[in-house]
Amino acid sequence: MTSSRIPKIALAIVFVALIASPLAIRRWSARRAAALSPVDAGVALTRYGFHLDEVAHTAGVNFVHQAPTLDHKLDHIMPEVASMGAAVSIVDFDRDGWPDIYVTNSGEGSHNALFRNLHDGTFKDVGSELGVADLNQAGTGVSMGAVWGDYDNDGFEDLFLYKWGRPELFHNDGGHGFTRVSENAGLPPWANANTAVWFDYDGDGRLDLFLGGYYAEDVDLWHLKNTRMMPESFEYARNGGRKYLFHNLGNGRFEEVSQKLGIDTRRWALAAVAADLRGTGHQDLFIANDYGISELYFNDGKRFSEAGKQTGVGFSPKSGMNASVGDILNQGRYSIYVSNISEEGVLIQGNNLWMPREGTSGDAIQYDNLARDLDVELGGWSFGAQFGDLNNDGALDLYLVNGYVSGDRQRNYWYDFSKVAGGNSTIISDAANWPAMDGRSLSGYQPKRVWLNDGSGKFVEVAQATGVTDISDGRSVALADLWNRGVLDVVVANQKGPLLIYKNTVQTGRHWIDFELEGSSSNRSAIGAEVTVYWSGQQQIQQVSGGSGFCAQNQRRLHYGLGRTAQVDKAVIRWPSGRTQTIDHPSIDQLNRVKEPA
Amino acid sequence: MSEATSESLPATATTGKARRFQFDNRYVAPLFITTILLVGHLSYGILESYPKTGLAILCALITELILGRIFFGKWLNLASAYITGISVGILVRSPAFWPFALCAVISIMSKYVLRVNNRHLWNPSNFGLSVLFFLAADAVSGLSIQWGNFIWPMLVIWVLGSIIIYRARRFHISATYVVAFLLFALLRSWITHEPWRAEIAPITGPMYQLFVFFMITDPKTTVHSKLGQCVVVLLVALVEFGLRLMQVIYAPFYALFIVGPAANMIEIWWQSRRLRESAARSS
Repeated sequence: MTSSRIPKIALAIVFVALIASPLAIRRWSARRAAALSPVDAGVALTRYGFHLDEVAHTAGVNFVHQAPTLDHKLDHIMPEVASMGAAVSIVDFDRDGWPDIYVTNSGEGSHNALFRNLHDGTFKDVGSELGVADLNQAGTGVSMGAVWGDYDNDGFEDLFLYKWGRPELFHNDGGHGFTRVSENAGLPPWANANTAVWFDYDGDGRLDLFLGGYYAEDVDLWHLKNTRMMPESFEYARNGGRKYLFHNLGNGRFEEVSQKLGIDTRRWALAAVAADLRGTGHQDLFIANDYGISELYFNDGKRFSEAGKQTGVGFSPKSGMNASVGDILNQGRYSIYVSNISEEGVLIQGNNLWMPREGTSGDAIQYDNLARDLDVELGGWSFGAQFGDLNNDGALDLYLVNGYVSGDRQRNYWYDFSKVAGGNSTIISDAANWPAMDGRSLSGYQPKRVWLNDGSGKFVEVAQATGVTDISDGRSVALADLWNRGVLDVVVANQKGPLLIYKNTVQTGRHWIDFELEGSSSNRSAIGAEVTVYWSGQQQIQQVSGGSGFCAQNQRRLHYGLGRTAQVDKAVIRWPSGRTQTIDHPSIDQLNRVKEPA
Repeated sequence: MSEATSESLPATATTGKARRFQFDNRYVAPLFITTILLVGHLSYGILESYPKTGLAILCALITELILGRIFFGKWLNLASAYITGISVGILVRSPAFWPFALCAVISIMSKYVLRVNNRHLWNPSNFGLSVLFFLAADAVSGLSIQWGNFIWPMLVIWVLGSIIIYRARRFHISATYVVAFLLFALLRSWITHEPWRAEIAPITGPMYQLFVFFMITDPKTTVHSKLGQCVVVLLVALVEFGLRLMQVIYAPFYALFIVGPAANMIEIWWQSRRLRESAARSS
């Protein structure tokens, strides 16, 4: 061998090794995933500290979502367009101390359901009886989701239902029934909305309401004037629905003030969450948009200013489908989780975990996407996600549902989808240009993700190992302690699929503490209130939320896992009114009910 | 990617003061692609991020410098490596950093490893991208978005690109491919009964503009005769047509990956044979 050949051979070896490296990475990942294959409940309890069992049927819940049938001009891509509407929100509508479940349906003439908790492990659908079921009549549109909030401070949670159609507000009549008050409230006649959030943006003690449009509000999806109703771009679309901010006037009426206060956007909103991200005492508004960048509106109590680019969250356009917040590193600061699309071989957007950058705060707050670093990036065609401490170890875990259209397993629509998605606006925006789906799947049959937070900045995916084995097309997920046991159970609404209830069993010996707040000068739902719990040198902040995730709302009470720690040093409550309340050594392993001091 | 115009045009021979103001044609393509990147990113944010694109460019430049020094004993002009790096930075979509580095490095390395008769066979970035799309599908995808929502940015780039590629005397290659793509798109529409607009949709996006102006025109990896160049891109479009009928998403990259080196090999074989024959005749 001549000396001139040695570098060439060495180069060839390095070259082959580099080419082979993706295969090695894949193999390593596959081996790691295989190690997390289903194990029995006992092993999961020992290894991960919890196990989930799907119990919907035994709990008396046999709800299957139906999708709408839209204008026949969309027949060829109907599964892709009529792909949302399965939603779940948790509410204790009758104030009996047990969480109830409200779920939406979307077939024309189908019924929504309000599952009353019967305290014995089962639920009963009382939606029809109480007047909040038959809400998908032809001509009124179909349900997309619901959020609950006590808009008139009478102590009972009222229901706001958003639809592709006529939005509805129902007053809760003392837990015994509901009265439709939409007209009096001043709601618009039609909005194709996929997100809504109750929050008191101006701190006047009355809940206001944000409503985010998806399709433009002049589109009646059952009577299309033409087929040019699709997004004008896969990543830069601004032809979606308008946004509404309803200011609560206090007499059962609302005034629409979005443009007046600085929220004027036509991006395709799919999820929103309100949270005090800057510590100002006012909840800011984060909107995850499909076909574009996310938006972050700073709220100074009087006006909103868009700060997406400035903070780093609104630069790279993706397909935002979820917005939820959680203090994942127990630092007293919220991170924001946005789900997007990842499909092997086609589109790897990756989900975003926006974490506040060290050393930044207030108006100068900056966010970095650390989803990859923390291993919560790839979740398939991701939809709803929620943070919650599933194993009561003191760190917030993350539950993600996914899957878009599960059709023919052997044939998929991705080639045609990607072909048109990359086209110019004149092509992509017209449904007539989209090839027929013909029963094909589009990211269907996807395994869910349950990411377990180890508390030190790493998440481990344990869905299969902990009993989450469904592959339905998940849309909305909500967390609640359904049976008052001090653990978070999981409720999942699936598109054209069954409502699933995962009952949680947590390893014994792990402590917890819950708080249920009631405002007095603040809004009575205490939405926007924050509780920071301090224990063993740690702190974790949580807020009472008026809606988060994708078309979802968790229970109003706040749940904290404490691990083996048997004492909490203190809990600091910051009420929406601005008042701060400290409770020293609150009782653990129980629910603490706290009323805002007068 | 395209060393096309970066190395195909000799700098015009001028002297004295005029030379100082003479723009070296090797830098036309890098300037053009940089303009595309900056305009696209500042107006529509097409990049994954500056650091990722920067990483791809840096890796391409460093690899070229090192390998050029080792194998050619000199510091090479970096225009073509820059184009490779920036193309990788635009066309690779991944939340991770490593694909940008890996793609840039193997793209440049392919020029030094996969050589026959002192000529590299694959367009560098086409090689790197095809390998990554095929072997790292779980972590990488290709650019699949459009230039915003308006038709004007697309038209401006087509016109500007055409002028530049015309000056580089390679317009016939791009034009042949575009015409062939459109005809095959209509044929696919007729065969599959899918909307013709859906079939032509891909060519309205920036990925194809980069492919048409920078990849298929690469002088180092295209055959020499004008007619041969047209035939080769016609074959690229034909293979792409077949791959698209099989619903292969990265059809154009794979088509060029298959046809480009095959054409080069045939030309090398043909030239060797002619050399041998003329040598035999002269002896």
